[in-house]
Amino acid sequence: MTTVTTQPRRVAQASQKRKFMIEAIAVIAIALILILVMPMLLTGFRLNLLGRFLALAIVALGIDLIWGFTGLLSLGHGIFFALGGYAFAMYLELNTLGEGQLPEFFGLYGVTELPWFWQPFNSFPFTLLAIFTIPAIVAGLLGYLVFRNRIRGVYFSILTQAALVVFFNLFNGQQKLINGTNGLKTSTSVFMGQAVGSDGMRMFFYISTVIALVAMYALCRWLTSGRFGRMLVAIRDDENRVRFSGYDPTAFKVLVFAVSGAIAGIAGALYTVQSGIISPQFMDIAFSIEMVIWVAVGGRATLVGAILGAVLVNMARSLLSERFPDVWLFFQGALFLIVVTALPDGIIGWGRRQFGSMVSSALRLAPTDLPYLEDTDTTVVETVTETPEFAEK
Amino acid sequence: MLEGLIGGLFNGISIGAVLLIVALGLAIVFGLMGVINLAHGELMMFGAYTTFVVQNVAKSMGGAAPDLYIFAALPLAFLVAALLGLLLERTVIRYLYGRPLETLLATWGVSLILIQFIRSVSLPMVIGLAIFAALFLVGRWVLTRYTDWERIRSWANPVFLGLSAAISVLAWILISNGTSAAFSRAWFSTRNVDVTPPSWLRGGISVGSTLQFPSARLFIIVLTALCLVAVYWFLNGTAWGLRIRSVTQNRGMSACLGIPTGQVDAITFALGSGLAGIAGCAVTLLGSVGPNLGANYIVDAFMVVVVGGVGKLVGSIVAALIIGVTSYLVGSGTMALLFPPAGFFQPVIDFFTFFATTSMAKVMVFALIIAFLQVRPAGLFPPKGRSVEL
Repeated sequence: MTTVTTQPRRVAQASQKRKFMIEAIAVIAIALILILVMPMLLTGFRLNLLGRFLALAIVALGIDLIWGFTGLLSLGHGIFFALGGYAFAMYLELNTLGEGQLPEFFGLYGVTELPWFWQPFNSFPFTLLAIFTIPAIVAGLLGYLVFRNRIRGVYFSILTQAALVVFFNLFNGQQKLINGTNGLKTSTSVFMGQAVGSDGMRMFFYISTVIALVAMYALCRWLTSGRFGRMLVAIRDDENRVRFSGYDPTAFKVLVFAVSGAIAGIAGALYTVQSGIISPQFMDIAFSIEMVIWVAVGGRATLVGAILGAVLVNMARSLLSERFPDVWLFFQGALFLIVVTALPDGIIGWGRRQFGSMVSSALRLAPTDLPYLEDTDTTVVETVTETPEFAEK
Repeated sequence: MLEGLIGGLFNGISIGAVLLIVALGLAIVFGLMGVINLAHGELMMFGAYTTFVVQNVAKSMGGAAPDLYIFAALPLAFLVAALLGLLLERTVIRYLYGRPLETLLATWGVSLILIQFIRSVSLPMVIGLAIFAALFLVGRWVLTRYTDWERIRSWANPVFLGLSAAISVLAWILISNGTSAAFSRAWFSTRNVDVTPPSWLRGGISVGSTLQFPSARLFIIVLTALCLVAVYWFLNGTAWGLRIRSVTQNRGMSACLGIPTGQVDAITFALGSGLAGIAGCAVTLLGSVGPNLGANYIVDAFMVVVVGGVGKLVGSIVAALIIGVTSYLVGSGTMALLFPPAGFFQPVIDFFTFFATTSMAKVMVFALIIAFLQVRPAGLFPPKGRSVEL
């Protein structure tokens, strides 16, 4: 379909390889800049902020995977984000204490015995595993129960949002189990013999975030480039045709939703230690929808766009809401409207259309196709078939 | 026991009535256009604030006005919300048909703007808005009149929008900095405001020794019933209702037969928004009014739409009542009382006691909804037909 196939095979392969090399070098270079140069340029506070934004960029990657590539709009990624955060925070709470002691807040509510689900978090390997497996299991279960019945589109979005409210209530109401509204503080906890809030630990978590971001980028890149990625795009563009071609979209959707949840869990853990607290506020409705807009700003179905969007929007947020707290909501609302109406394929998509041919000719690459814009025609056609057909008589 | 059951049922129905009046507009709009309007809660909030304003006017009038304000507030709330909805449909949603997920995000953006608008609306801001509207509309009118509009519209529109926005924001800032604090004070601010219900809605009707039906709740039930009847009549008894039903069934075919689908969309959206305004007016009787009022109701209202299925009013009614009664029975702990204490049933009682708060009841109700969708994925009354889509 693209010009790649019309070129001689060897040239195409060479071009593919070149592309891959350029991308790998660029990613490593950016990661090295983030790790080595940024700490010299920024103050501790700003570096911590950047670390948090990079952690949020990891969630954005996960959302791009399901929304940009698979067409599933989840408004409930706060659940998985918070689950990862809670898992790590619980380990840190227990790690700080001596043998047989209980976290302080339990005393306030008269709990004398560690609840059963806290017990495994004494072990660090289990926690590391739990950070991404628990969100993945929750996402997989929710996804299975929903996708199995071919519930999709806005129905799916609403259900994920309802699930988010439910988890918020669950965590918010259980003072005795996980300290309810107050959440768990991690800044004074001890991790590997140092306080989590100390400078050394902050640097450690910043570097881990950069490494995790690169790893997650590589994972998503790998998932979306091969046959699996094409299947995701096919599900996004015409799920019925995929079904009629003999594939089962449910399994793919459940799998990719679980992966996305796992990615959000990792991001949540990294964000929690850098912000110093995890509380049910992370499961606020607004926060989860914001995650979606980061991806939309950067550009759907472009992984770089998700990262870029998350970092840019959050920078704009911290700059604007520091100076003019009143204007921020107006700005954010306008951002939603503009991105959706005027800039449907985000910054990256816009840039590609404007300068894409220039860049690829400069690097002597085969031109790329634009994944998201091309299906606008099909969506229009789809709406005609999607109108519910009644046959009352 | 019987009185307790009746009381529980009444409370459940009254919760269901509130849910239903909120969900009614959503269900109509969703059924017709497949559009999820996340700004619905904020349209409700505008209805509630309209009620607040009307009530203050009535208070200043004195006499019998403070007792009767609600009858003025209901149509006004409907009107304000409907006009706002119409504006929203004509300026944003119209361009997004066929892209439901994008519409969802756009309406969320609108809801953020509406929330902040209520928080910071002041006289200078209104003047700024008026300047913006005047500049943009008049400017465009002049351009379309005297220039080759088709040729320049691709760049003229955004340039004009940006220019008039910049001028009006500048005017807003200049006016609010240059005038006295009283002049540029925010009208509502971020604090919650209280609407005092009319005196005849404050008490309740007592039946027997323990039963008590609060008048406000009864009023909401009656209001919901009236709205249902009105909507039913509108959809089944008028020419526009016929058009709306026909577009809901088959948009393409209706358009071929000469039904103006654009106008139908606009009218339906305005109607749905107006119903949100009435819902907002109704919930002022239950608690205080704040910029975040909508968020408390909206998710539950969506659940009503999901459970009820698309395209039939009766689905929404049954779903709202079931969800209302279930969440009351679970949330108030009545379920736990149904079993004999101790012994064999103790685990069941413990289980229900765990969920016996309003917020935990939501957890249970959601689990039940997910379980229900395993059996009836398209809701209680799904559209019949052979389409592949749900």
